[in-house]
Amino acid sequence: MDRRQLVVAYVVDGVRMSATQRDAYDDDGSPDSGASPSRPLSGPRQTIVAFPDGPLLVRGDFDIVDPDGKPLRRSRKTVALCRCGASVLKPYCDGSHKLIGFKTEPES
Amino acid sequence: MKQPEPRGPVSSLLLETLSGPEQRTSGSRELIAAVDEAVAATPDLAFDEDLQLTLFCLFELHYGGIDGVDDSWEWHPDLISERRRLEQAYESQLRSAVSLPALPAPTSAGVAAGLFQLTGDDGGPSMSRYVAKTASEEQVREFLIQKSIYTLKEADPHTWAIPRLTGRAKAAMVEIQADEYGGGVPERMHSALFAQSMRGAGLDDGYGNYLDAVPAITLASSNLMSMFGLNRRLRGAIVGHLASYEMTSSQANRLYARGFRRLGYDDATAAYFDEHVEADAVHEQIAGRDLAGGLVEAEPALLEDVFFGAAAAMTVDTWMTEHILGAWTAGSSSLRTSSTVSA
Ligand code: FES
Repeated sequence: MDRRQLVVAYVVDGVRMSATQRDAYDDDGSPDSGASPSRPLSGPRQTIVAFPDGPLLVRGDFDIVDPDGKPLRRSRKTVALCRCGASVLKPYCDGSHKLIGFKTEPES
Repeated sequence: MKQPEPRGPVSSLLLETLSGPEQRTSGSRELIAAVDEAVAATPDLAFDEDLQLTLFCLFELHYGGIDGVDDSWEWHPDLISERRRLEQAYESQLRSAVSLPALPAPTSAGVAAGLFQLTGDDGGPSMSRYVAKTASEEQVREFLIQKSIYTLKEADPHTWAIPRLTGRAKAAMVEIQADEYGGGVPERMHSALFAQSMRGAGLDDGYGNYLDAVPAITLASSNLMSMFGLNRRLRGAIVGHLASYEMTSSQANRLYARGFRRLGYDDATAAYFDEHVEADAVHEQIAGRDLAGGLVEAEPALLEDVFFGAAAAMTVDTWMTEHILGAWTAGSSSLRTSSTVSA
């Protein structure tokens, strides 16, 4: 079957992240019925899990590159991207969000 | 693992029994009598040299085995019986020593938030701050020796839980463990990175080679995980244990790495600690929500044990830290014998 490729790129902490998405859409453009929204079995679809008061967890088949497209150091499949700004390992989370009391929801 | 030196009547009887061929009949019954007597008499099982070594050796039969011991001893009913007696006594000591927080709602979000709060409240003495700022070269080598008892088999005790989990919790556990085991690259296995740190500090990186040097409480910390991991009944506790390890790791390892660099060790020696800063920031999220939270949503009755496992891990490791820092601040060694520590 002829599959399409979808490239997703956006900016996290000044780093452009591109995710090459394969097999997630059937020929008619409708989402692949076999793809699970949260936990892919064979990496057909990427997910970004936004953890309350914590990082963005990215799972699946993707590349992390700098603005020139050069791959960044990456030593694991599933990564946590810092969104609190306090990590010293950016773009990765180093747990500092807990020390600074980072909140994703405004205090009510 | 090489045969350890016995530390009292029970471990000496066990090691002597194990050095012979497996006896199919109940020839090792005197072991059980000896354990019962020692358990009744011990003032503090977590710090009992003889009994913690005995338990460690009994568990080791399920891991890599002991040199000169026939593999068929692993499931001998008398050894299992001996192990159960020690486990029951140790578990009941911990059930009364560990204080549990107010339990959250049995939801993924509630469990994750509760575990982050429990592990964030840790007001105990800090090994990582001491290593970062104060520890001498001799002391960081001791620190590696103490840590090697578990870390040269890092992740193994929690792996026992995998077949006891299902669905979301199982997928989460496998995702974490795959990363612990290097994602398919043997040199990236956390235990291999730790061996590299030991070599970098001039130490022997063979599994169990420092067993004779470490005190009971270090064995108690490792035995806790083996007990939780090997008993399906305690699957909630092993999951909570792993979650608490992941949640207290990133910042501590950043400080350890700083301490090693302060003392002039190279990047290869610090790599184990650097790796954990990043890895455990990923793992703690998965462990809180998907592993512990997923398990409790599937089996709400395990809620209390998840928190027991997490709190027990912190309690026993606080005892261990108190022992080590206590010895250091008194100007002595935290090891039983320092003759084994050669640079
Ligand atoms: S989100 Fe974890 S350090 Fe920023």
